[in-house]
Amino acid sequence: MEIKKTALAGTLESSDIQITLSPATAGGIQIDLDSAVASQYGDEIKKVITDTLTGFKIDNALVKAVDKGALDCVIKARTIAAAQRALEQTEPAWEVL
Amino acid sequence: MSKNNVGVDIPDSILNQYDYKPYAGAKLGNPVSQRVAPQVRAQFGENKVVNSIADVVKAEVKDGMTISFHHHLREGDQVFNEVMQVIIDQGIKDLTLAPSSLTNVMNDMVVKAIKAGTVTHITSSGMRGSLGDAVSHGALKSPVIFRSHGGRARAIETGKIKIDVAFLGVPNSDAEGNANGMTGDAAFGSLGYALMDAKYANKVVLLTDNLVDYPNTPASINQTQVDYVVKVAQVGDPDKIGSGATRFTKDPKELKIAQMVNDVITHSQYFKDGFSFQTGSGGAALAVTRYLRQSMLDKGIKASFALGGITKPTTDLLAEGLVKKVMDVQDFDKGAANSMHTNPAQQEIDASWYADPFNKGAMVDKLDVVILSALQIDTDFNVNVLTGSDGVLRGAVGGHQDAATAKLTIISAPLVRGRLATIVPKMTSITTPGESIDVVVTEIGIAINPRRKDLIDALSHIPGVPVFTIQELAAKAEAIVGKPKAIEYTDRPVALVEYRDGSLIDVINQVKD
Repeated sequence: MEIKKTALAGTLESSDIQITLSPATAGGIQIDLDSAVASQYGDEIKKVITDTLTGFKIDNALVKAVDKGALDCVIKARTIAAAQRALEQTEPAWEVL
Repeated sequence: MSKNNVGVDIPDSILNQYDYKPYAGAKLGNPVSQRVAPQVRAQFGENKVVNSIADVVKAEVKDGMTISFHHHLREGDQVFNEVMQVIIDQGIKDLTLAPSSLTNVMNDMVVKAIKAGTVTHITSSGMRGSLGDAVSHGALKSPVIFRSHGGRARAIETGKIKIDVAFLGVPNSDAEGNANGMTGDAAFGSLGYALMDAKYANKVVLLTDNLVDYPNTPASINQTQVDYVVKVAQVGDPDKIGSGATRFTKDPKELKIAQMVNDVITHSQYFKDGFSFQTGSGGAALAVTRYLRQSMLDKGIKASFALGGITKPTTDLLAEGLVKKVMDVQDFDKGAANSMHTNPAQQEIDASWYADPFNKGAMVDKLDVVILSALQIDTDFNVNVLTGSDGVLRGAVGGHQDAATAKLTIISAPLVRGRLATIVPKMTSITTPGESIDVVVTEIGIAINPRRKDLIDALSHIPGVPVFTIQELAAKAEAIVGKPKAIEYTDRPVALVEYRDGSLIDVINQVKD
């Protein structure tokens, strides 16, 4: 699936994560992660984002993730919201949830 | 390699190079030590007042010396940066920096002094921010030595820390050096930590923005100890020295923890007339004081004394007659500082009287109940208050090890902070041994140290206070945040953590980038 436009979900509050998705034509899913817990949970955060985007069949995307200590469920929710906005989908993607 | 009493492997090379014994336990027996005395240059009424820090530094500070400061001015401190800049400018090298602690406002200056070669050794209670980051990444060649407030007093008295020149900011002084912490624009209350430096440094330099008539009373530091009085524009920013009004937390998690801490105290054998206590300055600790007040009123119980770092909720109890004496080594807010000025039952005590394990009896030995915080707690009840879960220095020992020797030591901490577990199988460093810790209180319930069978009996059936094992709490935390990747370290030590008796409780290594 092609990302149509740059979209963002989430805030910079504690325990949240802000995900910004931008179009890319190649290079797979490239994540630029900014997190205070990157050394302990960086790989896990990137895996949740990648898995969620793969669920939308997004193959190429630039992801800017500013993490403020979000749990996996929050990371997934924000990624889904950003993906739906980027794909201009208005109906919930039930199979991804 | 020697394993110390909290299971830390300490390389023999470190024990030999820095002359340490591995930590052997919190029970110290009755050690006999030899005190040292400072060098004194006699004066007979000559003028001690000088207007230039540079002149004093030029006359007294030489390469390789040990210099000290206190941290009573906290984030409002303007003395440290001014003096250090002068020392850097004069090209002095290879100093040992031995302050009572380092606050955030000093961080960048210390980093600058390290880069300039001015400071090559540090001993402190703690460090954080840009300085903690720099040191954890190997900025200093020699490891920092962390000591508790009681441990620093011991080290000064026994000559392990030999202060050549102490630079002490005071909110008032007369021309001879009689000074206290209670009046003036930069008033901060107790001078508890600085009193050690005033007593044991070879040269004592007071810096003040408030020169008052001779003789100045009450004098906490007195003229028999002081070599110079330097007049400066401002020693501290009054708005940043201590928070003006202590706010009662509205955070439901903190309130829940505070309520459970209070339940633990009031259901213990120690909650009786004449008990004594110490609380910290965090939101939960302050809330505990409020709950404790109500419990004391309900049961008609009065405390004999409150100890340590003092806040307004504690001095309110003093004013109300619920606490008979406040024994005050430092004040965390203006309310507590003002109270010391007006209430004679609030006694200023020095760090040795407060917590030194090598004197003839410290006040922590008489302490019944203490509430302390933690960055991490492990499943042996050991506590870390020095390093973050990324292994980087971001805290201070403070009086943690000292006060933890109380009869009932309670650690109050949330189960998780953001994505970080507080209760973990293995911490990034050990500050206080689990042997000293009795109860851990989180928002979901408590864990009681199995060493304390009496407390398990007393505290296992409190309504609304679920009891878990510490392993269960660690598992619940991990279920929320997930399993973290282990932090990687190099084999180069960046900090040595002393126990209060001067034995080595942990070695902190440089984190890998």
